[in-house]
Amino acid sequence: MKSRKAELLVGVFVLLAIAAGLMLALKVANQTMSGKGETYVLKAKFDNIGGLKVRSAVKVGGVTVGRVDSITLSSNDFTPIVSMSIAKKYDKFPETSSVSILTSGLLGEQYIGLQPGFSMDGIKDLADGDFVEDTKSALVLEDLIGQFLFSKK
Amino acid sequence: MLDWIAGIGAANIAKVRSFGRATLMLFGAVIAKPQLVKNVPLTIKQIYVVGVQSLLIIVVSGLFIGMVMALQGYTILVGYGAEGSLGPMVALSLLRELGPVVTALLFAGRAGSALTAEIGLMKATEQLSSLEMMAIDPLRRIIAPRLWAGMISMPMLTLIFSAVGILGGHLVGVDWLGVDSGSYWSIMQSTVEWNKDVMNGIIKSLVFAFVIVWIATYKGYDSVPTSEGISKATTQTVVLSSLAVLGLDFVLTALMFGIE
Amino acid sequence: MENLIEIDNLSFSRSGRTIYDNISMRIPKGKTTAIMGPSGIGKTTMLRLMGGQLLPDSGDIKFKGESIPNMRRTRLFEVRRQMSMLFQSGALFTDMSVFDNIAFPLREHTKLSEDTIATIVKLKLQAVGLRGAAQLMPCELSGGMARRAALARAIALDPELIMYDEPFAGQDPISMGVLVKLIKALNDALQLTSVVVTHDVTEVLTIADYIYILADQKVIGSGTPEEIKNSDSPLVQQFLQGLADGPVPFHYPAGDLQTALLGASC
Ligand SMILES: Nc1ncnc2c1ncn2[C@@H]1O[C@H](COP(=O)(O)OP(=O)(O)O)[C@@H](O)[C@H]1O
Ligand SMILES: [Mg+2]
Repeated sequence: MKSRKAELLVGVFVLLAIAAGLMLALKVANQTMSGKGETYVLKAKFDNIGGLKVRSAVKVGGVTVGRVDSITLSSNDFTPIVSMSIAKKYDKFPETSSVSILTSGLLGEQYIGLQPGFSMDGIKDLADGDFVEDTKSALVLEDLIGQFLFSKK
Repeated sequence: MLDWIAGIGAANIAKVRSFGRATLMLFGAVIAKPQLVKNVPLTIKQIYVVGVQSLLIIVVSGLFIGMVMALQGYTILVGYGAEGSLGPMVALSLLRELGPVVTALLFAGRAGSALTAEIGLMKATEQLSSLEMMAIDPLRRIIAPRLWAGMISMPMLTLIFSAVGILGGHLVGVDWLGVDSGSYWSIMQSTVEWNKDVMNGIIKSLVFAFVIVWIATYKGYDSVPTSEGISKATTQTVVLSSLAVLGLDFVLTALMFGIE
Repeated sequence: MENLIEIDNLSFSRSGRTIYDNISMRIPKGKTTAIMGPSGIGKTTMLRLMGGQLLPDSGDIKFKGESIPNMRRTRLFEVRRQMSMLFQSGALFTDMSVFDNIAFPLREHTKLSEDTIATIVKLKLQAVGLRGAAQLMPCELSGGMARRAALARAIALDPELIMYDEPFAGQDPISMGVLVKLIKALNDALQLTSVVVTHDVTEVLTIADYIYILADQKVIGSGTPEEIKNSDSPLVQQFLQGLADGPVPFHYPAGDLQTALLGASC
């Protein structure tokens, strides 16, 4: 009788812990995006990536569609290349799309904003491994302040 | 003067001997041939005692700590217009530090002290001797299930603590202070890493659990079997395991997050 | 007469204080042997030595000719299944009912079915007059009932040797009578060997076949109850009559009282 109740409550306890683990995995650490086969890769060259990091979000109009996979430096012209994995279900971005590095809030996280371009006949969709040509670099606060002081003189 | 030096020497020798006894006890309990069929029900019963019965205090504390952190974090972050980062701030502090550490401290106070007192009383009432005379090893029968139950329960309590804390932060940050719910979750998701943050927190809690139940069971097993001896042992369990948790937390944090 | 336990030239000390100094004893098989002596003389210690829970400084304890102190742990555990001990406090497991307490050694050491176990437990409880108390928890029992329940647990596995640690201490006259009868009946019915440790003179004289009296780290007298009663040793007579003053010191070893009260002069 008594041990039945204890076993039941231990079961409930384990279920609670599993629920907590699932919540941390799915809602907090977001494991779903890293799965294989559900994503494709887009690349972009920036002059300056500012504070962008691996696993930073890629957003379209505020909706996260992917993450930054890796950030490398191109060996011939020394510009950073960012490769992003984008969810397969968003695979219809036209070639004319542009990406820019944005900041949430004044000092918040940096993320990549993807701006879908116009699409018309003769313009293909971006496919796995393609480069997004139209990029806007991160706003670097020091540069901005420098420009501001310089133009004052 | 000589007496004084001899005193220091004796005290240290006593400490080393006591550590040796604690290690022998651990080996006797854990290395001994496992009797799974008999030990599983005993361990489940102990998970009930140390885990389920600690659940309420863990949930309530987690909720309030998450709520307080959201409140404090908001007032700081809003000054920089960065209140969107409230989510990762709450989540990272909970997953990396507060979850494992506060759970461990509460666990030491709630379950560790009870373990010591229980085992000490069993010793005082000759129950341990009685087991031995029945040809049953008290290390296997009494100590081992409690060690395992603690090791299993603590990481689960830590997961629950952190999850509840993040929900508490949402309650205050989003529902009360008006941070955007989407950015609370999405910025959190882009910042928190499973391996680095969640797994490291779980590893911490496993280490803490091991230290707490080891101290608690040893202090009970080694207690002087009188009411005074047991009360002393119980106090020592709480003090020693709390200090051990805080000290180890620093070491583990330095190892895990200190040097990139 | 065959001996179940033979103690030879045993010495034992605790925290630097000698408890036994080179003593020898024989526990004959199938008989009730009483070990008597004032409190604190080391009677419980003697039982623990026999059970292998403590190791002697020197000397040997043989159980059926096998040396207990030199046994490997696994062998010791095997041997312990043939003995059982009734602790002074009863030592019932406080987290189990009386029934489960008595079923405990059966469940641990045998592969009997639950039905068989239930039958045995009921028989043992009947023997100590506690069948109605099977579902009570140990905290709901009086001291005497707890001792009887512990006795039922001690005989659950039908051991060859039972060691009773002060079975009569703190019992009312009725419980005492019941216990005396029980110990006697167990011995007669099951051919058990019993070792009864006590300082209750009258009870012992009725149940014991042989008596050892301990004092002053030694055996000061031994023999059948008749021999003991008629002993001309002043030590034995002092113990039997319960006199504080006599050859046996009533006080724990201490310095001179006058020095203690007035302060040491040096
Ligand atoms: N754990 C212990 N550590 C040190 N000394 C002890 C311990 N247990 C008992 N003693 C000492 O051993 C002596 C004998 O104790 P015990 O066998 O319990 O006596 P008895 O059962 O005859 O009353 C006592 O004087 C006591 O002070
Ligand atoms: Mg005693």
